[in-house]
Amino acid sequence: MFPPVPNPSTGPQSPKFGEKDLMRRSASNVTPPAERQTEVAKLIDVSKCIGCKACQAACIEWNDTHPEIEENVGVFENPHDLTPDMFTLMRFTEWENPETNNLEWLIRKDGCMHCEDPGCLKACPAPGAIVQYSNGIVDFVHENCIGCGYCIKGCPFNIPRISQVDHTAYKCTLCSDRIAVGQGPACAKACPTQAIVYGTKEEMKKHAEGRITDLKSRGFANAGLYDPPGVGGTHVMYVLHHADKPEIYAGLPNNPTISPIVEAWKGMTKYAGLAVMGVAAVTGFLHYMVNGPNRVTEEDEEAAERLTGDRSS
Amino acid sequence: MSTNTESDAGKGNRVHAGKPVTVDRYTGGARINHWITAGSLVLLALSGLSLFHPRLFFLSALFGGGQLVRAIHPWIGVVLFFSFLGLFLRFWKLNLWRREDGTWLARSRDVLTAHDERLPEIGKYNAGQKLVFWSMSILIIVLITSGIVIWDEYFAAYTTIEQKRWAVLIHSIAAILAICVWITHVYAAIWVKGTIRGMVRGSVTGGWAWRYHRKWLRELVAKPAAKDEKHTAAE
Repeated sequence: MFPPVPNPSTGPQSPKFGEKDLMRRSASNVTPPAERQTEVAKLIDVSKCIGCKACQAACIEWNDTHPEIEENVGVFENPHDLTPDMFTLMRFTEWENPETNNLEWLIRKDGCMHCEDPGCLKACPAPGAIVQYSNGIVDFVHENCIGCGYCIKGCPFNIPRISQVDHTAYKCTLCSDRIAVGQGPACAKACPTQAIVYGTKEEMKKHAEGRITDLKSRGFANAGLYDPPGVGGTHVMYVLHHADKPEIYAGLPNNPTISPIVEAWKGMTKYAGLAVMGVAAVTGFLHYMVNGPNRVTEEDEEAAERLTGDRSS
Repeated sequence: MSTNTESDAGKGNRVHAGKPVTVDRYTGGARINHWITAGSLVLLALSGLSLFHPRLFFLSALFGGGQLVRAIHPWIGVVLFFSFLGLFLRFWKLNLWRREDGTWLARSRDVLTAHDERLPEIGKYNAGQKLVFWSMSILIIVLITSGIVIWDEYFAAYTTIEQKRWAVLIHSIAAILAICVWITHVYAAIWVKGTIRGMVRGSVTGGWAWRYHRKWLRELVAKPAAKDEKHTAAE
């Protein structure tokens, strides 16, 4: 049992982090704070999840979103996918374990992983539309978002969704507005089995260790923590009973990284492109300086007059 | 000879004797078509660059902010595509590669040092202009195709994220190349005096035609104006 985040005092209080704690800001340079805040994390213990979707309901409630009511097509996912109005989604997988021949019902709460090295932020062209606080939270700032969808291309987890209503990108905020005033994320608060717990990243790793030991003692030899190093670790982590094959959990990527295509686009191309265009312009200028203009001479005009004169005569 | 003449002269091109001689090079339609393309290309470059590098994001202010850049840029692209298609249909025949183009290109040192007297006689377009024409044609096809793939407002559902990643990379590389081609095109027009009036007022001086496009001038002179009109009507 992990001690739940205690209910906060109801009196007014100042937020625990803000602009001064920005570690990264999209399309801009920020000086990171001298001292990093304690990293926070959400731990999702897949083995304890009962698929009740209380987290989804709490998320909708807190963020005041209104997901469309959809058709029942005979699957448990509801809605059918993450949407601009649904920041987290239980994904259900029926998996037959080849070793035991048991049917395992894998339920994974999908949503933003709050990467330490966020691909969305790297891809974003709009200054300040995506920010990363020193406690690890990656947040979208809607008034700066231009709705280009580059974050979707940058994200290794296929998380951001663009609203067709206000044309800005939406995703889980890790309830940054709750955490700022000492509350835990709404989903963690609502989870009836403590499959979702929230605390510092260190606490979460320690708690996960206990869970993994427990799972291993129950025969899940490959139980482990999903904190993928390819994106520098994440601030939403999973305890998986089959951590050796995360892809069975509705396609959770095995060793995700920012796509090399995105790296090439936001790295080499950006600098080499500006350089090439600059060189082209400067070359033109230098050529003009050295050679001067290419002018038609008097003789050319006379030659043309003779040529046309020949014809008219 | 006669087929050669037609394809090298260009529609509505005519010589007017006088002092100086003037030569009609572009019809009103061609000029309007060109400047719509030019205007949309400049707007596309400015709006595209604003999303390309954070240091250039300030350019988005010209369009009323990032949201508007995101919304407008693809539409300008559509305008450019159709406008350029017009130019392509007008000029593709005149831009087919000729034997003298290889010679011209091989003597690029003379080209760059303005020793035009050492160059072969050239039709309406020289090899440099033809390269600008064909590279723009190819790049614009690449740009419109990759652009549609990343036009998320309408086409997000039709491609995978991986395809969109490729598209955005290809789109930016093609755009850089197109801007370089554009710089070359604009620079050549500035460098070679008397060129811009051809696209602004539609005519160039006889001396200009003699110096840079002598084969074109000879063909126009050799061909009586009346016969030219009949020919065009028959086509």
